[in-house]
Amino acid sequence: MTATEIYERLKARFGERVISVALEAKDPWILVDPAAIAEVCAFVRDDPELRCDVLSNLSGVDYKAQGWIELVYHLYSYTHRHYVILKVHTPRDAAEVSTVERVWKAANWLEREIYDLLGVTFTGHSDLRRLLMPEDWIGYPLRKDFVEPEEYHGISTRRESLLR
Amino acid sequence: MSLAGFEVEVEQVGQQGLETEEMTLNMGPQHPSTHGVLRFVVKADGEVMRQAIPDVGYLHRSIEKIAEKVGWHGFMPYTDRVDYVAAMFCNQGWGMVSERLGDIAVPKRGEYCRVIAAELNRIASHLLSVGTMVLDIGAITPFFHAFREREKINDLIEQLCGARLTYNYMRIGGVAWDLPPDFIEKVTAFLDRFEPMLAEYHDLISVNKLYVERCAGVAVISPEEAVNYNLVGPNLRASGVRYDVRRDEPYSVYPELEFDVPVGAAEHGVLGDSYARYAIRIREMKESARILRQCFRQMPDGPVITKVPRKFKPPAGDAYIRVESARGDMGWYAVSDGTEYPYRCKVRTGSFAAMAIIDKVSQGLMLADLVTVIASLDIVAPEVDR
Repeated sequence: MTATEIYERLKARFGERVISVALEAKDPWILVDPAAIAEVCAFVRDDPELRCDVLSNLSGVDYKAQGWIELVYHLYSYTHRHYVILKVHTPRDAAEVSTVERVWKAANWLEREIYDLLGVTFTGHSDLRRLLMPEDWIGYPLRKDFVEPEEYHGISTRRESLLR
Repeated sequence: MSLAGFEVEVEQVGQQGLETEEMTLNMGPQHPSTHGVLRFVVKADGEVMRQAIPDVGYLHRSIEKIAEKVGWHGFMPYTDRVDYVAAMFCNQGWGMVSERLGDIAVPKRGEYCRVIAAELNRIASHLLSVGTMVLDIGAITPFFHAFREREKINDLIEQLCGARLTYNYMRIGGVAWDLPPDFIEKVTAFLDRFEPMLAEYHDLISVNKLYVERCAGVAVISPEEAVNYNLVGPNLRASGVRYDVRRDEPYSVYPELEFDVPVGAAEHGVLGDSYARYAIRIREMKESARILRQCFRQMPDGPVITKVPRKFKPPAGDAYIRVESARGDMGWYAVSDGTEYPYRCKVRTGSFAAMAIIDKVSQGLMLADLVTVIASLDIVAPEVDR
């Protein structure tokens, strides 16, 4: 299915909750209401025309100037060999999106990584712990306003340049 | 290892009213068979694992954050460190996603150079995977055989780009250097020796009774489960899903090349077990050799790189590409805000999903089988942590 057909199909099913489509983008994407993402994903997986059986990638991007964090869901269909790219925006100061872990098991770790590095809370997630950073780490490193701490448990994070 | 018998025994103890105590064991982070630095917290009932919880992050080098600081060209050497066993694919992924954002076309010969480098790297990576898997299970000789061949590939790639592990061979817009003189002859000579050797390895390991019994039927992953967890590459194909990015979402010059996509079979155990995952890598090496020979016949003359401005500023936007790495479909997502520095880069690697499924597949296996599971899924820890 083409991006336009996918958008129309989702629009017909979800109405206002599917907000817009960017057809001119390199990889056309569809903007979805964050409150509806789990429902939309379940539909995209089960609908025989779309049948996106795999969550290929889930990325988070911090748009500080716009004040939101964008989550990008790259869905792929092994059956029909097409992509569906969904995006949601969630405010930076109260970043919260419902989990899609029940739709694809792969989302479990991908969401944990985004929670860890960008501080987005996934409501309903079964095991929302830090994945890559130490459990007692403060702050979310991939946020644009993250300041690297001077030290961690007495270990300095600074190092003199070897090129003096 | 067969579980028959053990289950019954555990049950009998329960019926007699004796309490069995669950042990919590720590494996890693410096365990030699974990292929890198990673840790498992194993909850075991005697020899039977109830759960093996992976604890990752020991090799987190914030590579995605570095991308935001060093610029589009400057990030290329860092991509090597994402998966240092198969660095060519990371080079290629970063090159491809940048080229897609900047609408850059790579010259034909450049694409062929990329494919040659990548397929050589795939053989090297699979040799390492198979060799260490056999070693982890307890046979040491095949490991030396595999590494001897891998050394030869390292020598060849060293001639190509000067490095044996972290290649930094590709550039945005092509590759850094054309093939050195006599390279085609040398690789052909290597392949002439290597292809018959594959049969020898096969005799040495694949039908060894001890090896087969340690692998067959262990950690079976069904096709549905594999797709649900987004397993990719050889791990996915071993479960019976015939999908290869090179064939199904073609990129580079793969549409011009002829090759098969091997898919798992229940040779000794069942579909999707550790043995199937091992066997598929042996067959993929054969296909890579076939691709290499075709490349040498078909590759045209011409430049290997397009001119790309030193201050490369792709127009604002985002793009997602996938390459078939040695560990399967590797996804690169990059966002540009129109400046010299990427706004965001995200890599989704094959080992990441494979690591996430261990918790699920290890339940009920013998403790000793955990190394089989890790090795058969071909997990490279730095690829998980990035």
